[in-house]
Amino acid sequence: MTIDRATALELYRVMRTIRSFEERSTQLFGENKIWGTIHSYAGEEAIAAGVCAHLRDDDWITSTHRGHGHCIAKGADLGKMFAELLGRETGYCRGRGGSMHIADTSKGNLGANGIVGGGIPIATGAALTAQQLGTDQVAVSFFGDGAANQGTFHESLNLAAIWKLPVIYVCENNQYAESLPVKRAFAVEDIAVRASGYGMPGVRVDGRDVRKVHEAAGEAVGRARSGKGPTLLVADSYRHEGHYYGDPRKYQSKDEIEGWRKRFDPIADARAWIVADRLAGEADLEAIDRGVAQEIGRAVAWAEQGPPASPIRLPEDVYAT
Amino acid sequence: MPPKTVTTTEPRPGAGGQNSSTREMFYNEALNEALRLEMERDERVIVIGEDIAEHGGAFQVTAGLLDRFGPTRIRQTPISEIGIVGAAVGAALTGLRPVVELMYVDFSGLAMDQIVNQAAQNRFMFGGQARVPMVLRTQGGSGRGNAAQHSKSLEAWFAHVAGLKLVMPATPADAKGLLTAAIRDDNPVIFLEHKLLYRTKGAVPDGEHVVPLGQADVKREGTDLTIVTWSREVLFALEAAAALAEQSIAAEVVDVRTLVPLDKAAILASVRKTHRVLVVHEAIKRAGYGAEIAAMIAEEAFDELDAPPKRLAGLDTPIPYAQHLEKSVVPQAGDIVAAAKELVG
Repeated sequence: MTIDRATALELYRVMRTIRSFEERSTQLFGENKIWGTIHSYAGEEAIAAGVCAHLRDDDWITSTHRGHGHCIAKGADLGKMFAELLGRETGYCRGRGGSMHIADTSKGNLGANGIVGGGIPIATGAALTAQQLGTDQVAVSFFGDGAANQGTFHESLNLAAIWKLPVIYVCENNQYAESLPVKRAFAVEDIAVRASGYGMPGVRVDGRDVRKVHEAAGEAVGRARSGKGPTLLVADSYRHEGHYYGDPRKYQSKDEIEGWRKRFDPIADARAWIVADRLAGEADLEAIDRGVAQEIGRAVAWAEQGPPASPIRLPEDVYAT
Repeated sequence: MPPKTVTTTEPRPGAGGQNSSTREMFYNEALNEALRLEMERDERVIVIGEDIAEHGGAFQVTAGLLDRFGPTRIRQTPISEIGIVGAAVGAALTGLRPVVELMYVDFSGLAMDQIVNQAAQNRFMFGGQARVPMVLRTQGGSGRGNAAQHSKSLEAWFAHVAGLKLVMPATPADAKGLLTAAIRDDNPVIFLEHKLLYRTKGAVPDGEHVVPLGQADVKREGTDLTIVTWSREVLFALEAAAALAEQSIAAEVVDVRTLVPLDKAAILASVRKTHRVLVVHEAIKRAGYGAEIAAMIAEEAFDELDAPPKRLAGLDTPIPYAQHLEKSVVPQAGDIVAAAKELVG
């Protein structure tokens, strides 16, 4: 499947935005402006970008503790994201959630999730809503290789398969469940084979190549939207950073980290094929880079102007009235 | 089902009933009627759980609903507790109003992450962006010889989680009215039934019947002491109050009905009248919800008390199997009589 210029540049822009967001977040964390913890999505950008390119605002996603990329790819406002990380009233969650709980329900993002595998049944339930109400909405659950060993993964895939729910399970295999390498967490080499145990297609894709992710996700979303049921999509990937900001990474060698970081860069790859396929020139891509940098700068400035989140209404915010 | 049936007191006028006509029905029939009426009223209401279709639910609460509403709204599931509860959370976040049936509260541990970390907290964590209008119906309690893994009273677990509401009806009328209110509530509501209440009978208002969450009910008036309780112990407390009356002790029985939010005002009003309070529950005493109520009374009405608040609750043991052992670990009517006399004496 060929990708047209507009799609290619949009995929590139989204990936570049995610990377820049993570770089700036890391910087802000280093300046002690971000409290708690953040988990960088750098290296995995092609997955969120390639999948979300097929989603409408009224389609749902569930995300993970490593959720900035999914949030951005689903169309979030960067200023509100930074404001949340900075604990401002103007943040997506008014300072109540932070990085691990950013949600943007206006764009169908049902939230990052601090519990590994916590979003998988929730996306399944969103797909149940679509089926029950007879809409053509779909739900996507992003989760990591670690979550594929949680009970929620197995129970949810089975439910979705027996009910033919419009849901796509996107397993981002970034090679580590926190510090545990996949080789020590799975006795199977290909996580996608698990799909056959539930009676749904299992597709393994190179998560470095946004074109391949885009193509596989397009098929899976199309299947779901047309009532043909769920798909398990496993994207092989690599996270450039540690599990969390400040992770000493004792479970990895320096050679591995540096080697993979150079070798496994979906953004550099995208630049290369976009230019090679003559979809755009270096100057076009640099213009996108500049635009993203400006947008990030504006977003941080806006976020930093926001008032600190107010504690006054905390008890009232627990229950809906 | 146990053969014994118990007739509970009729709802007092003005105690939440919108209709003057009533019918005698079992507690599980009253729940069934609430589900049926709410499903007829709102197509977003679905029921999801194990054995709820042809079988009608382990305690026959969903009997007949499959025929009426079909298999997509009476959504029978495999035995996958966290998958079921999580799907309900996702469905609730996106526009349905699911009612989950978990067969035993003892199984809630299998689903606890979705209850505690997801359903209860999504709204708050997301800064108010979400609503989670779901009901998790399940049942607990001892009395059927089901032993430790199928007999617990776990309300304290749920009461300790910010973001959940918690309901424990004792009578058929309250079961119908509170389930209706729970389904219409925009928050996750834990709705704990008691396995020995399903075959108790009482007058239930016809048609729409809503008992607002957060309102206690004085099931019997008295002046000498207040018995604060809920769920099956309400029946024991009423039995005890009748026995105490024969000994010229007038016990007031306050059925809290909703543990979260708690109707503090009703409890305190009764305490101000009687000046002595006995809190009774089936769950084990240590860190039980009775401690919360006793502490609340001590904090807010200490000067009204003629004696320290007293708790009568389950022994701090798992529920044993043999019938006489099982009875020995949870308060019976006679135990309430004895505790009340001690308090008044």
